[in-house]
Amino acid sequence: MKKNLVPLIVLAALAAFPLVVEHNYYLHLMILFLMWVVIGSAWNLIAGYTGQVSFGDAAFFGSGAYAAGLLSHHLQLSAWWGLAIGGFVAVAVGMPFGWICFRMRGAYFALATLALNEVLRHSAAIAEGFTGGMVGILIMPTFVSKVPYYYVALALAAASMISIQWIVHAKPGYYFVSIREDQDAAESLGIDTHYYKMLSLAIAAFWTGVAGSLYMNYMGFIDPDVVFSLHDISIMAILVGIVGGVGTVYGPAVGAFIMVTVQELFRSGFFGLFEYLGRATGSAAVESMAKTITGAHVLGFGILVVVVILVLPNGIVGDWPKIRSAFSRNKIAA
Amino acid sequence: MAFFQVEKLVKYFGGLAAVNGVSFQVEKGEILGLIGPNGSGKTTTFNMISGYHRPTSGRVVFKGGEIHQLPTHRICKLGIGRTFQVVKPLGRMSVLDNVIAAAYSRAGSPREARGLALETIRFCGMDAVKDQLAKSLPIAGRKRLEIARAMATKPELLLLDETAAGLNPTELLDAIDLIKKIRENGTTIIIIEHIMHVIMTISDRIHAINFGQTIGEGTPQEVAQNKAVIEAYLGTDYA
Repeated sequence: MKKNLVPLIVLAALAAFPLVVEHNYYLHLMILFLMWVVIGSAWNLIAGYTGQVSFGDAAFFGSGAYAAGLLSHHLQLSAWWGLAIGGFVAVAVGMPFGWICFRMRGAYFALATLALNEVLRHSAAIAEGFTGGMVGILIMPTFVSKVPYYYVALALAAASMISIQWIVHAKPGYYFVSIREDQDAAESLGIDTHYYKMLSLAIAAFWTGVAGSLYMNYMGFIDPDVVFSLHDISIMAILVGIVGGVGTVYGPAVGAFIMVTVQELFRSGFFGLFEYLGRATGSAAVESMAKTITGAHVLGFGILVVVVILVLPNGIVGDWPKIRSAFSRNKIAA
Repeated sequence: MAFFQVEKLVKYFGGLAAVNGVSFQVEKGEILGLIGPNGSGKTTTFNMISGYHRPTSGRVVFKGGEIHQLPTHRICKLGIGRTFQVVKPLGRMSVLDNVIAAAYSRAGSPREARGLALETIRFCGMDAVKDQLAKSLPIAGRKRLEIARAMATKPELLLLDETAAGLNPTELLDAIDLIKKIRENGTTIIIIEHIMHVIMTISDRIHAINFGQTIGEGTPQEVAQNKAVIEAYLGTDYA
């Protein structure tokens, strides 16, 4: 089973990670990475395999996060229950929406997800009595250490990837890809395209919602602008998918790793490099640039996407043979 | 009760009657040729039979049940398969995966689906290309893939929409052989075709339409002598 060897080694390495690296900062980044593996895999199922591009993953992410937060806020239940029901709440949000939108073809679904994202963000902000509005929801984290969160995130990432891969290689997977390739042809093959698009959306919404619940539990604080964020969640999900490789097995994992790294590079000002340069040179220009850079992560994402689409239109995993041959050619030339 | 029949089928697109009162019957095991000049309503008729268009009026009856209100995927499950004139390969899937996707309409397990797909691919003579991506096939291969995919849904009635168009003479003979093999298999066929050599050799009966209306029906010989048919194809000077 050579095919399963690499993923197993990676999984073992990830399981051993907290034993080797105890620094909270790196654990935090790894938890974010694993959370994005869940979201990226889910987005990849509906957009990559089924061809129904979602621009509003934050709608499902936020629903899951708020499900967990509100449980704890109103019912004094542990927010961990959110992990169990957050996914189902996201499915409940997604189903009526998909039922209507999937009757139309083309860009409607993508545009409607964008709208759903915004509607939920504003609703969460307006319904102050229920959601706390812009003040957000604060819960006491269960654990002080990051290690338990790390393992929960790792379990969810593994479970989401395995379950989605299993589905993709079974009957629904064939149907999802058929729908992506040609909806009329799919119908002629006896595929209930509406039903299978709903199924794909339900699975994707479920895992995205679960990731949202994990976020609530881990961060301990959410507000509408954070969990229903268009650029930090919805667009990020798309970037994870595109950079890693749309419709590939390991694309979302690779994409999540790169995107979390890039995001952190910008957020930390290239790990304090600019700040250091500013202090070292004493130049006001460099210092103000350091401030600008930390706020420019969206710009950085944009540039990255342009580069990826131009050079590797199928993403890093999808164009891996191309990358490999490019490198081996260089070696021969040298 | 006929195995399959359409009754006074009418389809309006806005003010244009694409099909205007077409009726015909098909008996089990028969090959019915559907001919007519471009734009005469042949493909529209197919689209109504397979549920892509709802008829403005009229009925489609298959094995005693009305099917013209059913969605396409249900019609497929009932046992009507079709190919598309403008081929619709599932491009970024292998030929085998294309056929497996179709086979799942009949198969319960992945094993069964794969088995049925491989069997169908062998039947259609596509063994050599089964691992190629569908989009890499030349037109003859794509036309054949349309047939293979439709056959994997185990249709009792197969609608072939210009599966011989664009083929060279050798490929044409292969296509005719395949269609004959499908009929020997016990599948009833309605075929739209412009290439007279094909339609005349394989059809038991031919139904000719023009401007959405029936202009003649009968054996290939009868239709070839039919005044209205000659007029539609060659103009009044020849009729």
